[in-house]
Order: sequence, then C-alpha cells, then structure tokens
Amino acid sequence: MDVRLSAEQQALREAAARLVDDHAPGSVAELDDAARTARLEAALTGSGWRELRAPEDEGRPLASAVETAIVAEELGRGPADASFLGPTLATELRRRAGAEPATALETVLLRPDLSGLVVVEDEQTRCSGVAIDARGVASALALVRTGHGYDLVGVPVAGASPGRDLTRPAAMVEGAAPERLPGAGRRLLTAEDIEAWSAFTLALTCADLVGTMRGAVDLAREYASVRRQYGKAIGSFQSVQHMLADAFVSIEGSSSVTRHAAWAADTLPPGEALAAAAVAKAYCARAAREVCETAIQVHGGIGMTWECLAHIHLRRALLSTQVLGDVGANLARVVAHRKIGGVHDGLR
Amino acid sequence: MDFADSPEEAAFRARLRAWLAENNPKLPQSSTADEYWDGQAPWHRALYDAGFFGLSWPEEIGGHGLPSVYEAIVDEELAQAGAPPRPSLGYLVQGMMRHGGQDVRRRFLPGLVSGRERWCQGFSEPDAGSDLASLRTRAVPRGDEYVITGHKVWTSYSDEADWCLVLARTDPDVPKHRGLSAFAVRMDQPGIEQRPLKMINGVTREFGEVIFDGAVAKASDMVGSPGEGWRLAMTVVSHEREPGELGYVARYSKAVNELVDRLRSAPGRFTEENVRDVAWAVVEAEMLRLHVCRRLSDRLDGISHGPEGSVDKLLMTRVEQAVGHAALGMSNLTGGIEEDTWLKMYLYSRAQSIMGGTSQIQRNLVATRILGLPVA
Ligand SMILES: Cc1cc2nc3c(=O)[nH]c(=O)nc-3n(C[C@H](O)[C@H](O)[C@H](O)COP(=O)(O)OP(=O)(O)OC[C@H]3O[C@@H](n4cnc5c(N)ncnc54)[C@H](O)[C@@H]3O)c2cc1C
Repeated sequence: MDVRLSAEQQALREAAARLVDDHAPGSVAELDDAARTARLEAALTGSGWRELRAPEDEGRPLASAVETAIVAEELGRGPADASFLGPTLATELRRRAGAEPATALETVLLRPDLSGLVVVEDEQTRCSGVAIDARGVASALALVRTGHGYDLVGVPVAGASPGRDLTRPAAMVEGAAPERLPGAGRRLLTAEDIEAWSAFTLALTCADLVGTMRGAVDLAREYASVRRQYGKAIGSFQSVQHMLADAFVSIEGSSSVTRHAAWAADTLPPGEALAAAAVAKAYCARAAREVCETAIQVHGGIGMTWECLAHIHLRRALLSTQVLGDVGANLARVVAHRKIGGVHDGLR
Repeated sequence: MDFADSPEEAAFRARLRAWLAENNPKLPQSSTADEYWDGQAPWHRALYDAGFFGLSWPEEIGGHGLPSVYEAIVDEELAQAGAPPRPSLGYLVQGMMRHGGQDVRRRFLPGLVSGRERWCQGFSEPDAGSDLASLRTRAVPRGDEYVITGHKVWTSYSDEADWCLVLARTDPDVPKHRGLSAFAVRMDQPGIEQRPLKMINGVTREFGEVIFDGAVAKASDMVGSPGEGWRLAMTVVSHEREPGELGYVARYSKAVNELVDRLRSAPGRFTEENVRDVAWAVVEAEMLRLHVCRRLSDRLDGISHGPEGSVDKLLMTRVEQAVGHAALGMSNLTGGIEEDTWLKMYLYSRAQSIMGGTSQIQRNLVATRILGLPVA
C-alpha cells in the first residue's frame, strides 16, 4: 500500500491548477465574459483532459480514474465553467462499449432527478431527461435495453441554460428520437458495466465536490483575513475560526474517501467499486453543503448577494450532489451493501 | 497510488490473519468493561512476542523497522478478527524517542514496547487542563534525585502502571512554558497515592487521580534536558491526536462490525433512524481507515507530523461519536447500566472530544497553524 500521488500525478494536479488559476472566473461578473470562457474552453480542449478515458491499447483508458479525478477536483475548485464531467462520462461509456470516439462534444442523458442514465425499452421510444454539463455539447448518450444487454444511443442536445449550477448549464431533452451510434464492432453493455460506470461517475462527482469545497474555503478564508469588525479581522474571532476549521477538517476526510473511490473505480470488482463510491459520495455530499453554507456565513450579508462567489460554489455542489444520487440515495447503497436494511419502524 | 497490498504486505497479512485465528483473547471493549484490563497486558505481550507490535518503530527498541503502512494492515486485520486493538502507546514511544537521551531510550523503551513495563501519562492537573503549561506539580532537586509534589488527574490506566511520565515544574522563575521537565517516576513507592475515578459510564479503570507527596525520581530518569518538558509534552500530545499512532481504526471498525451484526441479528426490531445511524457509523469508520492509509503513506516520504494531527483528532472524534450515536440506538431501555454495553459505549464516546486536547483547542490549532488565521 502506498496511496501517495505519484510524481506524474502531482504534475498533472499542478498543470490543472494552473489552467484553472489562469482562466476560471474571478468574480460572478466574469461568468458572462465570453472572451474568458472561450479562452478557458480553448485551454481545456488543448490539454486533452476530456479524453483521459478514451481507449488506448486493448480498450484500457489513457489515464486512470485517479488522474481523471485530479483534474475534476481542480476544475471544481476553479470553479471552471467549461464542460468536463459530461464529456468524460460519455467517453467512458463509449470506451466500455468499444464504440468509436464521438466526433463532437458529447455528454450523457440522465433521468430528470439525475439519479442515473436514461434507459429506453426500444429504439422507437422517445427519450426525455437532462443532458448535464452541456456547454458546447451537441449530443447526449442514453441506453436502449436489448435482450442481451444495453446499447448506446444518442440524442441531439441544444440550448443549454444555467439552472441550479451557473458554471455547468444543463439542457432539457423532451421526447427526442434516439439514434443508434454509427459504426460496427460495438458490444452491448452489461449490468456490471453500468455498475462500474456508476462507480466511476460517483468518484468524479466526489472529486468535483472536494474541489468545490476547497474553492469555497479559500474564498472564505481570504475574506476572513481582510474583513474587519470591532477593529479586528473577523478571522481572529474564535467562532469564525472554528467554522472554518471544521470546514477544513471535512475537506480532509472527503479527500481521503475520494482518493479511494477513484482508485477503486479502476481496480475493484464493480460491486465493490460502487460500494466504495457510495461511502465517498454520502460523505462528500453531506460535507459539501455544510462547507459551502459556512462560506456564505463567513461572508455575512455580502454572502447573500448575487455578486459574491460563495453561492456559485454552493450551487455547483448542489448539482454534483444530485448526479447519480444524493446523500440519502448513497447511504441507502451503503445499507444495501452491508445488508443492514429490511427494517420497519414498529408503528406501520 | 495503490491501496492494494504489495506481495510482502500480503504475506504479512496472511501470517497475521492465521495467528489471530488462534490467538484472539476476545476481550470486551476497554471503554465498556473493567475486565478488559485483566486481559490487556497478556494481549500486549502476546502481540509483541508474535512479532505484530511496534512494526514501524526502530529495531533497537523492539520494533521491526517496517514502513508505517504495516500498522494500517494490523488495524484492519485486528478489526476483521474482532480482536482487541493494539495497545495505544505510540505517543509515549514517540515522545521518549525524540526527547530522551541515549541512556533513557535504552533503559525504558524496550520495556514499554514489549509490554513488560507499563506506563501512564501524568500531565493534566485539576487547575491545568487545556492550559497545561500552568501546571503546578513541583520537582525539586535533592542530591542525585528529584522530589515530586503535586496532584495529577485523569491519568489513564494509572493503576496498571509501573511507571508514570510526569510533567513537573523544575524552574518556577522562568515563563511558564520554559520551567517544565519530564520524569520517569516509579509508581510503586511510598510518596504516591492513587484514587480511582469512576467514569460517567460506570467504568473505574479508565482514569484516576495520582497524588505525589514526596515521591522521588532519579536525576538520571529525567526524560530530555531540564526545561525540555513542554516540548516533550507537545510531541506526546500531537502524536496522541493521530489515529494511526493510536490504532483506533481497529477499535472503530470492530465496534461498527458489532453494530452491523446487532442490526442483522434482529431485523425489524430497529427503526429506520437506527439503521441510518449505523450506516453513518459505517461511512465514518471507513473514512478514517482510508484517511489513516493516506497519512501513513505520507510518512513514507519521511514526513512525520505537524499541525495536521489536530485535523485527524477532529476526524477521529466525529467517527467515535457517530459510532456512539449508533450504539445508543441499540441500547436496551429496560436494562441497567451494568449490562448495557451500548449505552456505555455511547457515554464513553463523549470523552473523545475532551481527552488529548479538547475539540475547541484542536480547532484553534487548525485555524491558526493550518489556515493561517490571526491569533485572537
Ligand atoms: C478519558 C480521558 C482520559 C484522559 N487521560 C489523560 C491522561 O492519561 N493523562 C493526562 O495528563 N490527561 C488525561 N486526560 C485529561 C485531558 O487531557 C483534559 O481533560 C483536557 O486537556 C481538557 O482539560 P480540562 O478537562 O481541564 O478542561 P478545560 O481546559 O477546563 O476546558 C473546559 C471547557 O473549556 C473549553 N476551553 C478551554 N480553553 C479554551 C480555549 N482556549 N478556547 C476555547 N475553548 C476553551 C474546553 O474546550 C472545554 O469545553 C484525560 C481526559 C479524559 C476525559
């Protein structure tokens, strides 16, 4: 056992951090700065990081889930308003199915509550759902059930608009006709493939949450050092210090479970990987809401204004939380895995 | 980055697992039963003699000089087997190793590590808890010895101990942090009186008061140099905050396995709330296991520890108290406290945010030493 990041992984983190520091929005107003978003988009495309899960020899991904999670965390910290999660998840689905790479930016189509991929019973059924992280995206992948497994289908995506998360607009898809992917040699996905993909997805959302928490605490810590009341920096008040200390502690715990979930996604059998991911997601999602709320609290009234970045972090956390199941859904996975369910409350 | 065992680690794990299958003394939790202490010393010696204790410590003190990650394997296997955790004395070892001279290290550490000599830690006093540096116990030189007078409290396992690592004031004329020195003091001597304290959960062997009234320590039993006591105490308490040093992953994982078994044994008896509390205990304990893997891996770089011990103490406290809350849900309202292990476990869990420096003190340290916020 040696769970330190390798030198290459450290270097990747530094490169991703640099990209984010150069191009992520430094204020809420900058979210609307088209020239900046174009620069961020160009830099991310240039980095090739959206293709980390593209197949190399024998279908293995170019980079491990640990590396992918490192990039996701830094983009979350940004917060980077360019699509990464959606395209990475789509690439991962294509890799598992042995499908040819997409020709344009693509994401995944999730059920309206974002709890999982949209699955239709046949190709005649129309698809509805949410194409997450859809900035600059042309299509989204869903699944069609066949007798022997699941095949990939695509639906066109247009008109992404910011909802809960202002950094990662989503697009509603209503009644779109699914199209079979072109090309041959693709294989059907099994339930185990979907489990493994879900574990990978959860691990990436955890990494995004860890990054979001870091961004929120950095923001609050900076503010606590400059804002003065009673003639002192508010960061010298013990109650403010203790809120931020607890937030930092939550980030550290979240980092440890996320590192394991990312490792597990490529290493453990799908059921075990999913269990590790569920532990991580329950932990990180619970922590993230609290940490982002702390960031608002530390800002006082300023924290309630649209112009303060704190709500941008909170909103991003709320979306990442929802993808493939929130705190409760993942705690339910833990209950199922440890076989401690099957209860009644004695009253019903 | 790999959580999996290397071939050597896997072989070690298999050897330990086989040994545990034959040698698990099946003691109750120390936090809930005084009987634990009747079996703890033989358990410590058995674990040591079989080569499974002190893995990452130097060979000259009885350790094995292995990478620190071996400790994580020991904790996992102890929990899996439902065996007692490894003895929590790493913080004393670290303090004496770092501050004790050659002679002190050679005389005391092998006995401490092998379990042949038992130790307690006499730092806190009635008027010096969080503000430890204000302690009043005096050590006055007389010939080639020191005479110790003072009152220590909450001294854990003092009735088991052959030795006490006592922090005492040797120089009242300098600022409070600078006038302290540490001594190895024999517990079986006339100038020492022990008064056991009963904890809120009824156990009586967790801690006690120790009154020093003219007890003596040889000058050569001073640990570190005169005035080095504060720095030694900080080394000790900072390691006391590290779950990897304490072996607490095994404690919590074992408790969680017991909670899981309890739920499975009586499905339908518990509420959804109870199940949720146990699920959180599972999540928290797993977090700590993974966190300790991370910290012990970082030590492979030779990074030992710093203020992040306070982070780990706060994480560990959340785990213990989540386990405590889940245990409370298992407790039987009609039974007396004598039998109610779950209630005892819950009540004991409240100690974790107090001992080894309270949670408030840890948060002060995280805020100022790690986050760089201005000292109030
Ligand atoms: C189970 C157990 C085992 C122990 N074992 C040992 C042992 O083996 N050896 C030993 O020497 N000691 C031991 N202790 C003692 C322990 O270290 C002290 O209890 C602890 O340091 C707190 O000191 P205190 O009890 O005097 O509380 P106080 O210092 O009186 O604190 C009371 C309250 O005030 C708060 N407070 C105090 N100062 C501050 C501040 N600056 N900022 C914010 N809040 C503050 C505290 O957080 C706490 O809530 C043990 C304690 C327990 C409970």
